[in-house]
Amino acid sequence: MAKVAVDVMLKPEILDPQGQAIVRALPGLGFDQVTAVRQGKHFEVELDAADAAEAHAQAEKIAATLLANPVIEDFSVRLLD
Amino acid sequence: MSEQPYAELGLKDDEYARICEILGRKPSDTELAMYSVMWSEHCSYKSSKVHLRQFGEKAPETDVLLVGIGENAGVVDVGDGLAVTFKVESHNHPSYVEPYQGAATGVGGIVRDILTMGARPIAVMDSLRFGEIDHPDTRRLVGGVVAGVGGYGNCLGLPNIGGEVVFDPTYAGNPLVNALCIGVLRHEQIQLARAEGVGNKVVLLGAKTGRDGIGGVSVLASATFNEEGGPSKRPSVQVGDPFTEKVVIECCLELFDRGLVTGIQDLGGAGLSCATSETASHGGSGMLVDLDLVPLREPSMTPVEVITSESQERMLAIVRPGDVDDVLALCERWGVLATVIGEVTDTGRLQVRWHGDVVVDVPPASLADEGPVYERPLARPADQDALQADVPDALARPRTGAELAETLLRLAGSPNLASRRWVTEQYDRYVLGGTVLAMPHDSGVVRLTDDSDRGVALALDGNGRYARLDPYAGAQLALAEAYRNVSVSGARPLAVTNCLNFGSPEDPEVMWQFAEATRGLADGCRELGVPVTGGNVSFYNQTGATAINPTPVVGVLGVIDDVNLRVPSGFTRVGDVVVLLGETYDELGGSEWAWVVHGHLGGRPPKPRLAAERALSAALRTAAADGLLSSAHDVSDGGLGQTLVEAALLHGIGATVTLAGDPFVALFSESAARAVVTCADADVDRLLEIAAEFDLAVTRLGRTGGDTLDVTEQFTTPLDRLRDVHEATLPKHLS
Amino acid sequence: MTARIGVVTFPGSLDDRDALRAARAAGAEPVPLWHGDHDLRGVDAVVLPGGFSYGDYLRAGAIASFAPVMAEVVAAARAGLPVLGICNGFQVLCESGLLPGALIRNAGLHFVCRDQRLRVESTDTAWTGEYAAGAEIVVPVKNGEGRYVADEATLDELEANGRVAFRYVGGNPNGALRDIAGIRNEAGNVVGLMPHPEHAIDPLTGPSADGLGLFVSVLKQLTAA
Repeated sequence: MAKVAVDVMLKPEILDPQGQAIVRALPGLGFDQVTAVRQGKHFEVELDAADAAEAHAQAEKIAATLLANPVIEDFSVRLLD
Repeated sequence: MSEQPYAELGLKDDEYARICEILGRKPSDTELAMYSVMWSEHCSYKSSKVHLRQFGEKAPETDVLLVGIGENAGVVDVGDGLAVTFKVESHNHPSYVEPYQGAATGVGGIVRDILTMGARPIAVMDSLRFGEIDHPDTRRLVGGVVAGVGGYGNCLGLPNIGGEVVFDPTYAGNPLVNALCIGVLRHEQIQLARAEGVGNKVVLLGAKTGRDGIGGVSVLASATFNEEGGPSKRPSVQVGDPFTEKVVIECCLELFDRGLVTGIQDLGGAGLSCATSETASHGGSGMLVDLDLVPLREPSMTPVEVITSESQERMLAIVRPGDVDDVLALCERWGVLATVIGEVTDTGRLQVRWHGDVVVDVPPASLADEGPVYERPLARPADQDALQADVPDALARPRTGAELAETLLRLAGSPNLASRRWVTEQYDRYVLGGTVLAMPHDSGVVRLTDDSDRGVALALDGNGRYARLDPYAGAQLALAEAYRNVSVSGARPLAVTNCLNFGSPEDPEVMWQFAEATRGLADGCRELGVPVTGGNVSFYNQTGATAINPTPVVGVLGVIDDVNLRVPSGFTRVGDVVVLLGETYDELGGSEWAWVVHGHLGGRPPKPRLAAERALSAALRTAAADGLLSSAHDVSDGGLGQTLVEAALLHGIGATVTLAGDPFVALFSESAARAVVTCADADVDRLLEIAAEFDLAVTRLGRTGGDTLDVTEQFTTPLDRLRDVHEATLPKHLS
Repeated sequence: MTARIGVVTFPGSLDDRDALRAARAAGAEPVPLWHGDHDLRGVDAVVLPGGFSYGDYLRAGAIASFAPVMAEVVAAARAGLPVLGICNGFQVLCESGLLPGALIRNAGLHFVCRDQRLRVESTDTAWTGEYAAGAEIVVPVKNGEGRYVADEATLDELEANGRVAFRYVGGNPNGALRDIAGIRNEAGNVVGLMPHPEHAIDPLTGPSADGLGLFVSVLKQLTAA
C-alpha cells in the first residue's frame, strides 16, 4: 500500500478569484504584509502498487485524467510515508 | 522591416493592405493585434452584416424602441416610465474547451452588456445544445455547462427563469451555449457607450488584467475545430469571478444613480481594444490611454497582451474630472479596483502609450465600425432538394390505442421532451423575489419592481432540425414559438433578440442557410409586428467540413400589465374545460415523432402561420386579461400529446379528452399557431366568443381531473407512469 | 411603535433585498446594515441574508464572519438580540461560533433549488413563536453547500435540548445529518436555517406564504416586550 499526495493548483496565468478574495480580506484582520495567495486542492491517494515508482506513475495518471483539469490546472505528485 | 505575422493573427492579405492604407504606414505590433481582433468575424460581423441589415430595413413600425440595434443591447419601453433591455449571446467555442468556465463567462458577459445600458440585471435564461444524450462526451459537457451557468448566475444573484436544453448528434463536438439576460431601468437612466467631453477621464473598473483568453475572439470564436475535435489553437481559458462581477454591478448601478459617469462600456471580446475604440468612435472623439496605468495580474505582460486581454469583470467608464474622486471613493467602498488610465481628447485618434512611447495611433472608427464587409457567395446545399423530397409520409404510424399510448410514453421520455428538472434544479429561480413564472412554464415572467404589478415575459426557442429542412421557415418557426410562449402566459409580445448559430461562413452552403434564416426572421418579425433589438452571430460551429444544423435561437420579450393575471402552463383546477385553439394539419416533417421513433429527418417542417399566430396571441391575451384562463400551454415539439402530458404533470391533475380527426395526427403533428387552454364551465361561452372574434379554430377536447390521461376510445395512461418515464431520462444519462 | 429589523449586506449578499422586503411585509421597519460598519443602527433584530458573501471563497461564510459588523452582531447576540441567519447567513453564524456545526457541500454535489417541506421543531425561539409545534411549511431551499454536519455529541446535545429548529420532511435535499435544516442557540434568540423563508411571503412569487411567520414571530415578540 502506498500513499501519494497530489497537489493541484491553477496555472500561474489563470485567474484565481478565491485566492484574491482571501488576500483582500487579510489586511482587515491585521495581516498587512501578504502580497499574494493562491488556493489549490490537496488530495491524498492510497493505492496498491508494486513499488514506489509504480505508485508515483499511477498517481500521475490519476491526476492528469481526473484530479486536475489540464486546461487550467497544474499538478504535482509526491510519495508520502 | 520584416514581414508582419498578420496571417497567423487571422488577417487576409487584402485586409492587411487596407490597414497599411488607413495608417499610411505599416502598423505597429500592438496596432496589428488590435486590428486582428477587431476585424475578426466575432467583433466585426464582416460576413453577416449585409444580411443583418434586413432587421433594420424590414423593421415594423413601433414606438416602443428607446434604443435600437447597434448599442450593447436594445432598450424597450414597457410603460410607467420603465424600460427593459435584453439580449442573447453565444459562448459556444469556449464552452467546448472548458465547459464550466466557458458557460460561466458566457453568463458574465451578457450580464455586463445589460448593465452597460444602465439597467439592473433582473433575470437570465439559457439555451443549450449538446450531442446525443448517450454520446460519451455529453455527460462531461452538460455537467460542466449547467454547473457553469448555475455557478455564475446563482452567485451573481440573478434568477434563471427558463430556456431550453436540446440533444442532437449535429451538436456533438460543437455544443451551443447561448445565454440571455434582461435588465430593468427607468427611461432617464439609459447609458450609452460614448466617450464625449474633451478632458474627461477614462476609468477602468473591476478585475485586474491578466493573460485571459488572449486572442480569443480571433482564434477561438472565429475558427473551426479540427478533425480530432479539439481546438486547433488553445488560448488560455478565461476564468469567471462572479463575486467580483456582483460588486461591480452594485458599484456601477450606484455610479449611474449618482450621475457620476457620462459613458460606460463593458470589456468583453477584444478587451480594451474594443472598449476604447468603440467609445471613442461612437463619441466622435479621440482618446489617449496610458497602458502602464492598467493594473496587471502579471507584471511581465506586453502591450499587445494588455490591450487584447479578455480578462472578465471589467468596465470602462468616462468620468468628468471633477467627479473622479467621488468615483474612486465609491469604488473603494464596494471593494472595486478603479484606475484612471487615460482621457478623452480632441485629436480624433485613439492613441495608446506604453513606457512613454506611443504604440498605437489610429482612427478609432477604423477599428470599431469600418472593418471589412463581405458579400460571401451563397449556394443552396446540394442535398437540400433530396432532403425535402424525403417526406415522412411513408413512415409507419401507430394505429391502435395501445400503439398510440406507447408512442406517447416514448416521446414523453425522449431526451428532448423529457423533464428538464435535473438541469433547472441547479439554477436559483427565487433570488430577487420577482419571479412569477419560471421553467417548466412556457415563458419566464418577472415582476419589474416592488411597487408595480407590471411584469415582463420572456421565451427563448430554436429548432435546428426545422431550420435544416428549411432555414427560412425554421427561423420563423423559432420566432413563432417564442412569440406564442410569451402569449400563453398572458403577455403582449414586444420585441425580439436572436442568436444565430451556424457553420463556417466560408462555406457557400452554410452562407445560404444563414441568408435564408435571416431573411425568414426579418420577414417574420415584420409580419408579427415585433422589431429585432439586437443579437449575436456565432459562425464556425463545425467540425472539419461538417457544419451543425443551422440553429437560429430567438428570444421574444413581452409585457404583462398585471402579473397577478399571468397564466400558468399546467392544469390548476379539476373539472375545467380543455380547449384546443388553432388548426391541426398532417405536419410531421422534422417532428420529434419522426426523429425519436424512426430516426428520420426529411420533408418540410410545419408551415409557419404567422397571421394565425397573431390571432392566437391576441385571443390569449384578451382571455387572460379577462381572467378566463386557468392554464394555457403552447403546442410545439411532440405535438398535442406532449402538451397534454406536460400540462397534466405540472400539478398532477389529469384529463379526459376526445380527439377530432385522425388520432395520430391529432396527437403528434407539430402544426404551429396552436395552444391548449383551460377554463371554468361558466367561462366557456366567453372564451368561444373571443376565439370567434379572432377567427380561431376551436376544438373542445374534454375536461381536467383524475390521475390519468384518458384519450376517449384510444387509451388511458396513469399520470404516475407518465411521470416516471418523463422524469427518469435526464438523471439516468447525466447523473 | 413597530420594531426595526436590520439586514446586513456583505459583498456578495444576494437575498438582502428579499429579507428587507419580508421584514416590511411582516409590518416591521426594515433597516439596511453595512458589513464594514461597527454599527447596528439601534435595530431590534438582525437578519444575516442569503447569498455568496465573498463568493463563498475559502469556505462559505468564512470571510464574512470577520466583517466589522459581525463583531457587533456577535456581542449583541450574546446579550440577547434576536438574530436570524438564512442560508449564507446560517453559514456565517456557524463560522462565527454563534451556532455549532458547519455547512458543507451537498451530498449530491450539485446546487439544488426546489420547494422544500419543513417541520417546525422548536417554537420557543424568537423567530418561530407564531408557528404551531410540528407545523409543516413549504419554503424554497437553494444551496450548493447546505449539508449540516456536526460531531455526534453536538448532534445529540441539539436533539436533547430541543435545539433543532427546522427539519427537512419528504426528502433531504443536501444530505444534512439527521435531516437538520435549521438550529437555534440555547437562549433561542439566534436561529440559523438553510431554506429561505424570505422567498415564501407571497404565493405569487414563492411556493407559499409560509415563510412570513418567522418575521411575524420576531415582530410580535419584540412589540409585546
